[in-house]
Amino acid sequence: MRGNVGHTASLFKDEPLALDSGAILSPVTVAYETYGTLNKACNNAVLICHALTGDQYAASKHPITGKPGWWERLVGPGKLIDTAKYFVICSNVLGSCLGTTGPWEVNPKSNEPWGLDFPVITIRDMVRVQAALMDNLGIEKLFMVIGGSMGGMQVLEWIATYPERLVSAVALATAARHTAQNIAFHEVGRQAVMADPNWQAGAYYGKQQKPDKGLAVARMTAHVTYLSEDALTEKFGRNLQARDAVSFGFDADFQIESYLRHQGSAFVDRFDANSYLYITRAMDYLDIAGRHEGRLADAFKDAANVRCCVISFSSDWLYPTTENKAIAHAMNAAGVRVSFAEINSPHGHDAFLLEEPEMDAMISGFMGAAAAAEGLEP
Amino acid sequence: MSLRPDLKLIADLIEPGSRVLDVGCGDGALLAHLDAEKQVDGRGLEISQQGVNASVGRGLFVMQGDADNDLAEYPDASFDYVVLSKTLQAVHRPRDVLLELLRIGNKAVVTIPNFGHWRVRMSLLARGRMPVTKSLSKAWFDTDNIHFCTILDLFELLDAENIKIARFVPHTKTGKELNTGGLGANWFADQALFLLEN
Repeated sequence: MRGNVGHTASLFKDEPLALDSGAILSPVTVAYETYGTLNKACNNAVLICHALTGDQYAASKHPITGKPGWWERLVGPGKLIDTAKYFVICSNVLGSCLGTTGPWEVNPKSNEPWGLDFPVITIRDMVRVQAALMDNLGIEKLFMVIGGSMGGMQVLEWIATYPERLVSAVALATAARHTAQNIAFHEVGRQAVMADPNWQAGAYYGKQQKPDKGLAVARMTAHVTYLSEDALTEKFGRNLQARDAVSFGFDADFQIESYLRHQGSAFVDRFDANSYLYITRAMDYLDIAGRHEGRLADAFKDAANVRCCVISFSSDWLYPTTENKAIAHAMNAAGVRVSFAEINSPHGHDAFLLEEPEMDAMISGFMGAAAAAEGLEP
Repeated sequence: MSLRPDLKLIADLIEPGSRVLDVGCGDGALLAHLDAEKQVDGRGLEISQQGVNASVGRGLFVMQGDADNDLAEYPDASFDYVVLSKTLQAVHRPRDVLLELLRIGNKAVVTIPNFGHWRVRMSLLARGRMPVTKSLSKAWFDTDNIHFCTILDLFELLDAENIKIARFVPHTKTGKELNTGGLGANWFADQALFLLEN
């Protein structure tokens, strides 16, 4: 999937990217979008990290779906992340499928699409690629790195890996490790993809059929984890789909079934099944404290200079408050300047993408104070 | 920036450049003052979202949480001062909280509303009902203040726990210091400030 994907940069051409797995990649193509203008001092750059199935189109129209950017609510001229003031960058993560190197891309050694020969990647590998993109764009230090869910995981890896390159960091609805439950849901999704006969051990590129059914089921399962029970009850309850009574069959009798089927089938048009396997694996492998004998605080010990903000949502059971609070406490214990709050919200994990006035107020205050401390014009 | 009189009394005790944790920091008024005037490395703990947002907007770093549940997460001796201002009466386990303050901080600054004040005593004597005053404005079944104590009560607890009182400042609502010992203060001070050490 490299049609019209906006800007691209070719990185790691001379010096290959050394992955956590021990494998190396060269070159690495990164597709990215930018909004606003980098100022002369190069101190107004904001990197937005996207979630599992997100992409670089944070604040502009998606080239496949035609839908508005996934964070247009927050990013744009005069908005919370004001593109009249900040230079905003959002890049497609390593392993994904909207222009950045991933399993769909042709392996330069074999001249065939990588498929399962693509090396397994980690969240930190994604961040290494983003750091190289910043080098490429001439940005030594980011005013802010921000992201929710898997985007928040990247934010944490930025803080742990490149603290000297950050002024501030905002992690939303995230975790510093995947729990057994997190891994379990991802495994269900991967098994759904792999059980689809069209998957063919990942070698479906160029074939007539893709593992759409499996990927759709994976998406349906995951989508449930992004919502709260209250949100589902309020939106769908036991409402029937365009009928007065149950059909005593296996049609989508209930609205929730119809909704999930739609989510699944819409997803396969814009996402690659192998990318889904690789990125979910990267998330499962995340255990930042694991690199420090279980002491998360040690991962943040060099980040005393970074102004941090961690936010959770009360109805998020995928990356619940306990996980987010543990991150903030670890930062505190490491002497990192961190603010934390649990926003009261009925919207479940997806709350970070939705209208949440208290979240907006907290981020806005945090950014304003950081900008003032950094001497950026208000 | 004019600081509430009781907060001014606290601020006056804090050494410049020290590390301060304000437990129940509200909108961050004390920390912002200490940051500006005394260049402290300040952190806050605050339960309300409104308070957290106000503090963060001032450039402060605040964790959402409360004294009962969140102090355990802070490492030993990570602060020079831990401040607990007019909050002790609202926590579930005041004794444990006091010990936590002095585990986390080398010193603790604790202020309490004095339930032994003569007006409170008269009110209970005359009306036979739990006193409701301007500063204690909610009825007994509604109030967040679940562990009221008098100045003498707190002296007794501190003594039992071998906690040293480095300073004792009984004062009126307007922050006027009263030049009196514990017994007199217990009658006439609306509030009292204790600077505590291990």
